[in-house]
Amino acid sequence: MSKSKTLKFDTGGAYSPAPESTDHIQLKDRYGLFIDGNFTPSKAGKYFDTINPANEEKISEVPEANTKDVDSAVQAARQAYEKVWSKMKPSERGKYIFRIARLIQERAREFAVIESLDGGKPIRESRDVDIPLAAAHFFYYAGWADKLDFAFPGCRTKSLGVAGQIIPWNFPLLMAAWKIAPALAAGNTVVLKPAETTPLTALKLAEVIREADVPPGVVNIITGGGETGKMLVKHPDVNKVAFTGSTEVGKFIMKTLAGSGKRYTLELGGKAANIIFEDAAINQAVEGIVDAIFFNQGHVCCAGSRLYVQESVAKEVISKLKDRMNTLVIGDPLDKNTDIGAINSRMQLEKICEYVDIGKKEGGSVYQPSCTLPEKGFWYAPTLFADVSQSHRIVQEEIFGPVLAIQTFRTVDEVISKANNTPYGLSGGVWTDKGSKLFKVTKEIRAGVIWANTFNKFDPSSPFGGYKESGMGREGGIDGLHSYVELV
Amino acid sequence: MINYYPRIYPIDQVGAEERVSRLFSRSIKKESKIRALKLALSMIDLTTLEGKDSLGKVRQLCYKAAHLHDQFSNLPQVAAVCVYPNMVDVAKKTLEGSSIKIAAVATAFPSGMTTLEAKLNEVKSVVDAGVDEVDMVMSRGRFLQGDYSYVFDEVAKVKNTCGQAHLKVILETGELVTLDNVRKASDLAMDAGADFIKTSTGKVKPAATPPVVLVMLEAIRDFYKRTGKIVGMKPAGGISTAKLAIQYLVMVRETLGKEWLTPDRFRFGASSLANDILMQIVKQSTGVYQSINYFSID
Amino acid sequence: MDKRLKIRKTYKLFIDGKFPRTESGRYYKWTDAKKTIDMSICRGSRKDFRNAVVAARKAFKDWSNRNAYNRSQILYRIGEMLEGCCDQFIGELVLQGLTKSAAEKEITQTIDRLLYYAGWADKYQQVFSRVNPVSLPYFNFTVPEATGVVAVCAPEESSLLGFVSVFAPVIAGGNTCVVLASQSRPLCSVSCAEILQNSDVPAGVVNILTGFRSELLEHFSSHMDINAIIYCGENLQEIKMVEENASLNVKRAIVYNDEDWSKNNSQGPYYILKTQEMKTTWHPVGM
Repeated sequence: MSKSKTLKFDTGGAYSPAPESTDHIQLKDRYGLFIDGNFTPSKAGKYFDTINPANEEKISEVPEANTKDVDSAVQAARQAYEKVWSKMKPSERGKYIFRIARLIQERAREFAVIESLDGGKPIRESRDVDIPLAAAHFFYYAGWADKLDFAFPGCRTKSLGVAGQIIPWNFPLLMAAWKIAPALAAGNTVVLKPAETTPLTALKLAEVIREADVPPGVVNIITGGGETGKMLVKHPDVNKVAFTGSTEVGKFIMKTLAGSGKRYTLELGGKAANIIFEDAAINQAVEGIVDAIFFNQGHVCCAGSRLYVQESVAKEVISKLKDRMNTLVIGDPLDKNTDIGAINSRMQLEKICEYVDIGKKEGGSVYQPSCTLPEKGFWYAPTLFADVSQSHRIVQEEIFGPVLAIQTFRTVDEVISKANNTPYGLSGGVWTDKGSKLFKVTKEIRAGVIWANTFNKFDPSSPFGGYKESGMGREGGIDGLHSYVELV
Repeated sequence: MINYYPRIYPIDQVGAEERVSRLFSRSIKKESKIRALKLALSMIDLTTLEGKDSLGKVRQLCYKAAHLHDQFSNLPQVAAVCVYPNMVDVAKKTLEGSSIKIAAVATAFPSGMTTLEAKLNEVKSVVDAGVDEVDMVMSRGRFLQGDYSYVFDEVAKVKNTCGQAHLKVILETGELVTLDNVRKASDLAMDAGADFIKTSTGKVKPAATPPVVLVMLEAIRDFYKRTGKIVGMKPAGGISTAKLAIQYLVMVRETLGKEWLTPDRFRFGASSLANDILMQIVKQSTGVYQSINYFSID
Repeated sequence: MDKRLKIRKTYKLFIDGKFPRTESGRYYKWTDAKKTIDMSICRGSRKDFRNAVVAARKAFKDWSNRNAYNRSQILYRIGEMLEGCCDQFIGELVLQGLTKSAAEKEITQTIDRLLYYAGWADKYQQVFSRVNPVSLPYFNFTVPEATGVVAVCAPEESSLLGFVSVFAPVIAGGNTCVVLASQSRPLCSVSCAEILQNSDVPAGVVNILTGFRSELLEHFSSHMDINAIIYCGENLQEIKMVEENASLNVKRAIVYNDEDWSKNNSQGPYYILKTQEMKTTWHPVGM
């Protein structure tokens, strides 16, 4: 019988440091709120620090917007909507959005560095994925501004007014693009609140928006924590709320808005099933598993955090997965070779540790590649849990970290029912070389985005959003416009 | 002849190309770069395989192999020179006393379109002439016809005739076209006894491409896990820049681990690569971009 | 007083990203309304047309395979370049007989129209594709694909706006083209060629010829390696000839007669659809 041979990777210390240079970026020590085309200090005079999660050092201070600030922002958006933006020729609105896209492309490297500094994600990801996608999103929606008559057969469109938008910390600039671009293209004005731990790229975007000469008040960016978000959601003059974040807060927003007549879209949590059949292209599937759960440190709502591998190939897949994990480089987000960066915050790190403990107590067997983590900053090694089942908490609940729960399956029907056996329904993955099986499985998985023989792929033209408790409404493509217009 | 049934191992081209892109985004600088450059140099099979090769040409190539750039100290030597069978004698004589290996192509390189008997005779003749390594070509036509048993048998018989010499099997991946075929051919060659699997003859475009190299390295890895046998890999043709060579080393390291980063298990089939690497090494040491005028061309 | 002698521009053809003179060596005289300028414009031959078609065919595989976002950005870039050269085009339009204010209106409308089509290049697929609910267990979907190489006889009168209005939807849809410029107003078309070359448009995607429509229309409409022909004009005999010759290889014949390109609705995704083919694919859904 074959002896199990090991391969020596320990890529951890393999490569000399290859740091991205930061001397060309411009950051302020203290920012204001971007309201009505200008940066103004908060009326309450309260500020909070934003730190670099890789070394816990302070980068800048940003204001904590209070009710008066939120009100100013909404009023500015309302005035801009009534007097300027809704009266403007749609093709001209489009041109402003094209400008934003081009400016992001010009400043791409600066945005990428700031994103990694503020949020902890590897520079390779911000440089190659986040920032280009954000620019592309603005570019795509710019073109829709004067073509809305073609988007909805049989209907013309009317914009809604002022949109209140709240975004998370896992893809800060990209989430800002996903919210702002379609809203503007559809003729609305915006008040956006970036996440507490990652305000900087949104504020940089504000600078770009001002430079693009976008009329004052069309886009307003206010910083703050959960309280500021609540104020925005509750504000009576906001016509539509868009939220991306946890299911818990999503439910709170639904309750808050009940009876108000306001429209809302929610993009919430997920616990996606990633299914590997025995006839998959196994080597590429293993890469897909890694992409699905370790990309962006697992801080992805659509992460493939539940692996279902057909029992006949389980040993091979898991062995290859472990080998692949041993080539992942965990370290300084600004090092070009880093694959897994810092965990976004102390709070998130504690949550991940808590879940891993639960998983161990529940009897799961853990695998983590041996790697030395830096002393300062928030870090977690990529982690596998085997010998777990549907009843384990770490298989049911969203961890939002680089932790994968592995189960085996035997038949298609079994895995489809297990994949759907969750209150979530954001995404899913299927790996098989057989076309008919692929389409059958994608048809039966109850989730908004299914990746077949790939994972975590995004495009501005491709709609994204969840079934069930993963939210409602879609972002991207024509469906992404739907949430920002009224059909008449 | 035994019946050989190749295993079906699907490769997804888009996925493979994405893995390549990820690997190629590695940034190799400073000490890592210098180590990688020297390692790459030590893995080169300095090659001349032209119809117009002459005794003089081969002599000069062999001298260059042993004296890459004497102005710079502590440079490694290339792994081997690779020549046609009728040039083996002059290569051996010129490189007498050096540790550089002699590799010869055989089996009607590059097309392989002749009888098994003729191929085995050619292999025997180069083995008798004292080569360290034999580079054979796989019968692509037979492979594409589906005659896997014939191809298997041919490789096994050539291996048998090699004696102490190491056998590299050239798959000519440019003619196989698909990654599925590359995987199938890799598995076949290894099952039949190859010590090394090699991408190309260098006479057909495309020669070695990154996704092909990845698929072959993964095939070697899976074969090792299954059987415990170590097989080496040699991409050949189209590798003329140090940058690409280093990217391939990253690919080896992250697919097979650091134990495969040795000339015993990985070679580059190239001719002008050596000078590009030398220029990079000198640049790293002096900080100044180099010109080919300062390096010998042989 | 010494007056500096200006360097006169040579108006050449635009084929495969380069500016050759006509291989026939012939020219025709062009002069402006006020008779202040005399120019020699290349009188393109059928061999020039043949070469242009070869270039367009060669460029088709790459252009149609580029992703939509890329085509969209390139079209936007053409708009950027055109915006930067407004004055040059205004000057030429005035020479060709327009008033300055009409010329300004035309160039700005042209730039906006280019941007309009830049915005369609990555969206018309969504508007025109469908998943069809067939009654068998198959996944069945229909997508538009570029038809191939398109021959275009640009409008005689609207030599900038009409010119761009006709080829922009063609290339937004992934086709390549050979365009015959207005015979009576050739200046802007040739200057457009310069803009295209500056805009990252790959060589061969747009080829521009000047010459006599009466000589070239026969070849434009009968060439067996052209997939579609767009004719702008009102001449009934020419239209009949184009449609008859189109039958030789069943090329699609698209006629725009009596089109006022300055109208707001002389643009839209249906102009793109005219040079698209609909492909339907079936695949079983099952174990």
